[in-house]
Amino acid sequence: MPGNKTDAIDVRNAVKRYGDFTALKRISLTIKDNEFFTLLGPSGCGKTTLLRMIAGFEDVTEGEILLYGDEIESLPPHLRPVNTVFQNYALFPHMTILDNVAFGLEMRGRSKAEARKRAGEMLELVQLSQFAARKPSQLSGGQQQRVALARALAPQPKVLLLDEPLSALDLKLRKAMQLELKHLQRETGITFIFVTHDQEEALTMSDRIAVMSAGELQQLGSPTEIYETPRNMFVADFIGETNLLEVSVDRVMNGRAVCHLGGGHALTCNSVEGIGEGAKVHMSVRPERLFMSDVPVEAESLKGRVAENIFVGTDISTLVDLAEGPQFIVRTSNSDRGNKRIFEPGSEIFVNMELGAGRLLMD
Amino acid sequence: MAAGAASGGSARADTYKDARGWLLLPSWAVLGIFVLGPVCMMLIYSFLTKEFRGGVIWEPSLAAYDQFFFDRGLFGDEPPSIEWTYITIFWRSIWQAGAATLLSLVIGFPTAYFIATRPENVRPVWVFLITIPYWVNLLIRTVSMKFLLRDQGPLNDFLIGTGLIDSPIHIVNTNFAVQLGLFYSYLPFMVLPVYAAVERYNFSLSEAAADLYASKWTTLRRIVLPAVKPGVVAGCILVFVPSMGSFLAPDLLGGAKNFMIGSLIEEQFKGNAGNWPFGAAASMILLTMVLIILMFSARQQAKADKTGG
Repeated sequence: MPGNKTDAIDVRNAVKRYGDFTALKRISLTIKDNEFFTLLGPSGCGKTTLLRMIAGFEDVTEGEILLYGDEIESLPPHLRPVNTVFQNYALFPHMTILDNVAFGLEMRGRSKAEARKRAGEMLELVQLSQFAARKPSQLSGGQQQRVALARALAPQPKVLLLDEPLSALDLKLRKAMQLELKHLQRETGITFIFVTHDQEEALTMSDRIAVMSAGELQQLGSPTEIYETPRNMFVADFIGETNLLEVSVDRVMNGRAVCHLGGGHALTCNSVEGIGEGAKVHMSVRPERLFMSDVPVEAESLKGRVAENIFVGTDISTLVDLAEGPQFIVRTSNSDRGNKRIFEPGSEIFVNMELGAGRLLMD
Repeated sequence: MAAGAASGGSARADTYKDARGWLLLPSWAVLGIFVLGPVCMMLIYSFLTKEFRGGVIWEPSLAAYDQFFFDRGLFGDEPPSIEWTYITIFWRSIWQAGAATLLSLVIGFPTAYFIATRPENVRPVWVFLITIPYWVNLLIRTVSMKFLLRDQGPLNDFLIGTGLIDSPIHIVNTNFAVQLGLFYSYLPFMVLPVYAAVERYNFSLSEAAADLYASKWTTLRRIVLPAVKPGVVAGCILVFVPSMGSFLAPDLLGGAKNFMIGSLIEEQFKGNAGNWPFGAAASMILLTMVLIILMFSARQQAKADKTGG
């Protein structure tokens, strides 16, 4: 089947096996042109393997990979018009910064002078012009990171692959680089495929996210979709913080489900496709969609006792031991302190769910 | 209080420094007795007069150097003329050692690269296999080589048997035989340092080069070789230096025509026919030559580190 010329990458039924171990279990996904696409998952989920298969460093055991409609899975890496920013940067230690950035251009047949001129422009783009004559070892981690980025962008690849490029940077620098990467992606109009295990990073930067676990695609969607409507337990648990309750489903109607807890307490929440009456599933509710009160105020109010208040700067996290269920986290933003109450540890209180906050999950 | 503690600390540091000075004594003694002493002795002997049955007469003389470089001597009535015999031998030694080094590099580098890219647990096995032949005495190995290479030897028998050639190739008593002998004698000295360098090489650099459109060959030339250069230089020095002064391979495989400086020196100290001051002088010239080459390569390396690496 011919590929779609307008899709940057089309992965079709890609399988990767190492001996008996299957690293990727038949993954199919399409990455659009000019998209900031993130492969997100815990270590060992296969996200880096998939990226390396697109770059050409790993063979594809089964399946196809198309780049703007052309099959590339059998091409060696140096014939694929994609470039990679490596996790450890992999800058050539014996070359100057300028020569590092010019390398790819030279290999694509540009003259040395031309390659250097363009490399100089790339260094300007990442604000490192004054370091052009230095060696990589003379630069800080953040600067090396930007050189690696300039080097990968210089040959104007059709797709830029980024393999956890920010993981070695400290928090503040990482935040700054997240924004810089996002801007670069918009400016250059190149499709970025970004691999990370940091869900916050993924939510901040991506147009779309593919959440992976154990070699399988768990969910693909925009950051909002992934966060607000996780499809299953894994996604809900991996992305952000969440509270989980075991419930039995009594009725499902118009995307809403009526269920009850082990002790019989009834609840109404959003359902997902594939869950029917009688199912024993989990309900998830984000901590910021909960609030506390000394009397029940909503239909979905759960009795509990405050265990601890934890101050985390912008919010306060309150741990509440539920009378019928596990410990819940309730997050109260400091800016919301006028409307929402904080209770001392030991207080008997009610945890109330905002309307539509609860969501059933597939296991 | 603080000052007292500080001065106490520095006193301890001084004691430690003194002790360290004394502890270094054994290594200085070894260097003095086994390196500096013999070299000084050789230097002195090269400026003495020869005794006809070997040994020296303690009388200063430049005769040994005169004999090495000049035909009509510096001290005759007529103007001196250059003696080419020994300079030719010297030149041949450099050439032969260089060819052997190149051969070791061409064979040794891929071998080392191969070993360094095997799974980590089998690498020591490969290194071990490389060193096994070297448990056998060098003399026996060189004689065996002669046996293998001679006109009626297994190599020629094999080549004639397969029909590749009609009559045996004469390898023994050629320059090439000497080069082969030297190459085989010192191959591990090339393989081991190159292996160590390639093993330390960060292979993600090769991936980065491939990612930036470099072919395998270009990657090797532009990325791998510069990174492992120190190991290659070390290997070349370790093969070149002993090859220069070697006498077993030239004697056994090269015959009289392919005499090298090592054999010349060896002869001066053998039996009654020798000339100790001349042998010492030739050794000093060899030593000077090797030192110049080493210094040159060290300087090149330093320059490369400053500008390019």
